Amino acid sequence: MSAAASPAIEHPGARGLITRHRLRWWETLPWIIGLGFYFAFPDYLGFGAELLAMILFALSLDLALGYAGIVTLGHAAFFGAGAYTVGMLAFYEIWTEPITSLLLAALVAAIIGFLSGLVLLRTRGLTLLMLTLCTMALLQEAANMARAYTGGFDGLPDLAIAPVFGVFEFNPLYANTQYLYSLGVLLVCFIFMRTLVYSPFGQSLTGIRENLLRMHAIGSPVRRRLVICYTISAALAGIAGGLWAQTNAYVNLSALDLDRAATVFIVLILGGYGRLYGAFVGAVAYMALEHFLAKIYPTAWQLGLGLLLVMIALFARNGILGVAEALWQRYGARRKTP
Amino acid sequence: MDFVANFAGILLGGLSAGTVLFIVSVGLSVTMGLMGFVNLAHGAFAMFGGYVIVLSMNRAHFGFAAALALGFVATAAISVVLERTLYRRLYRASELDQVLFTIGLIFIFIAGAIIVVGPESQTLQLPAALRGQINLGFLQYRTYSIFLIVIGFLIGFGISLAFERTRIGAQIRATVDNRRMAESLGINVDRLFTITFAFGSGMAGIGGGLGAEFLGLDPQYALKYLVYFLIAVSVGGLGSVMGVYYASLILGVFDFVLKLYLPKGGTLFIYALTILLLLWRPQGLFGKKET
Repeated sequence: MSAAASPAIEHPGARGLITRHRLRWWETLPWIIGLGFYFAFPDYLGFGAELLAMILFALSLDLALGYAGIVTLGHAAFFGAGAYTVGMLAFYEIWTEPITSLLLAALVAAIIGFLSGLVLLRTRGLTLLMLTLCTMALLQEAANMARAYTGGFDGLPDLAIAPVFGVFEFNPLYANTQYLYSLGVLLVCFIFMRTLVYSPFGQSLTGIRENLLRMHAIGSPVRRRLVICYTISAALAGIAGGLWAQTNAYVNLSALDLDRAATVFIVLILGGYGRLYGAFVGAVAYMALEHFLAKIYPTAWQLGLGLLLVMIALFARNGILGVAEALWQRYGARRKTP
Repeated sequence: MDFVANFAGILLGGLSAGTVLFIVSVGLSVTMGLMGFVNLAHGAFAMFGGYVIVLSMNRAHFGFAAALALGFVATAAISVVLERTLYRRLYRASELDQVLFTIGLIFIFIAGAIIVVGPESQTLQLPAALRGQINLGFLQYRTYSIFLIVIGFLIGFGISLAFERTRIGAQIRATVDNRRMAESLGINVDRLFTITFAFGSGMAGIGGGLGAEFLGLDPQYALKYLVYFLIAVSVGGLGSVMGVYYASLILGVFDFVLKLYLPKGGTLFIYALTILLLLWRPQGLFGKKET
């Protein structure tokens, strides 16, 4: 209890900072729910696998946008790069082993992310937004033009994916293998991402987002950090795209379009960016609403989505988790400290 | 001679498409330059104006000029309402929130168009005087394209004259250059922005109507051409009227030529050129360097 022994610990703010990377009990909840979903809704596993790919995609965007503050509207470029890598390898039967295919997808997306990041990240604001948008449109046009290899607008159907670990086959009718495989991939990627954002590297990214000038002043290699972050984020998005292609057994131009980039942007901000679990909450909320409302009345879904986005931008700047946190601090914290 | 006529034909086609692009984008450029607000919903205003113009002609049998005027007024009015109630709350918000908010508005406009008018594409019936061909001496060309080019030139000339010579134009230039200094000099930036926002949106509405003849008009319009509007603005340079004019014309001609000779993936070159140009000059062709 002596203040002289460890003055940092005594500071009320220090405890939170020192222990923030530790696992909390509730951090197991998403995975318990994920496994529970498998047993509870066997008819919805195809939808579930799609949801898991979306979560991973939103996580990858969170690294670039939420942590490093790189405002990009073209993240589908990397999703598509990964999806087409897996798709073309499988369609032409060059390589169908799923896990190594995902690694190749990550590699291709990372190379594109690195090369584009090297030049794009010199800019900021609207110019950066435009450049990411144009890069994505460029890739989409390229995929459309290379019809002989990518199938053009129709895409590549009926991909043959080898069994996972050589044992568990992908069944197009019952998506149980796809679901558990996606859950496993997401878990591995999430552990990687969680470790990364709590590392000194991750902290420096937050620093760059919060105060660029100060990070320059303390000698942080800002540009290099941003490019590395963008590359890793692209690789994760590539894995998400590859996963999407594998579980759906097809790939088409929709993997690369503005709609997909806008959707992942909405998902992340809906859940709350820069806080790891925003991707989970946002993806579940968005996909559930879309899945059930859009079937009943598609126009109303679009109208509702529009109103929801406007509301979030105006009143709930930190998404669902941000609102939940604010409520928790207001009512939950009061109980603790009388 | 044939070659010259052919060349002139392509040029005129591209210029008329570029003109429409200019009329829609000019407001976006000025408002973005003034407030730094990333207004992705600008295309939705163009769509709204387009619908007002086309429907007032097709269903209420307005004349072309009256319909254009109505489109301008209606779009300007709705944009003022939105600006006063919603946009202004987000001026100091991050780009992220602005993008999210304006994407939300796009969805609302698209759904609104589907609910009120229906998902099918609307067609613009040109008045008899603008249909058919006109003799330019060395070639016959579509009257409407020539009409567009002339109108676009007049609008561009008029706006840049107003920018250079009027009091409000000087205030806009001052605010684009240095907002805080302009505010300290007693310029009411808030009011200035409302006026330019309304005017820019009204122009976008007119552009939506004028372009409906060859761009089509359906609920997806707000998203479909968004990238083109943004390219025109960012290549031209924020807050620069002439910059947007030249950028739109160049973009229009390029697009026309590439679609003609490279129907598959001609747009690839437009995106590539835009990327190269923005890397070379992040502030656009005519924009002022950030200080």
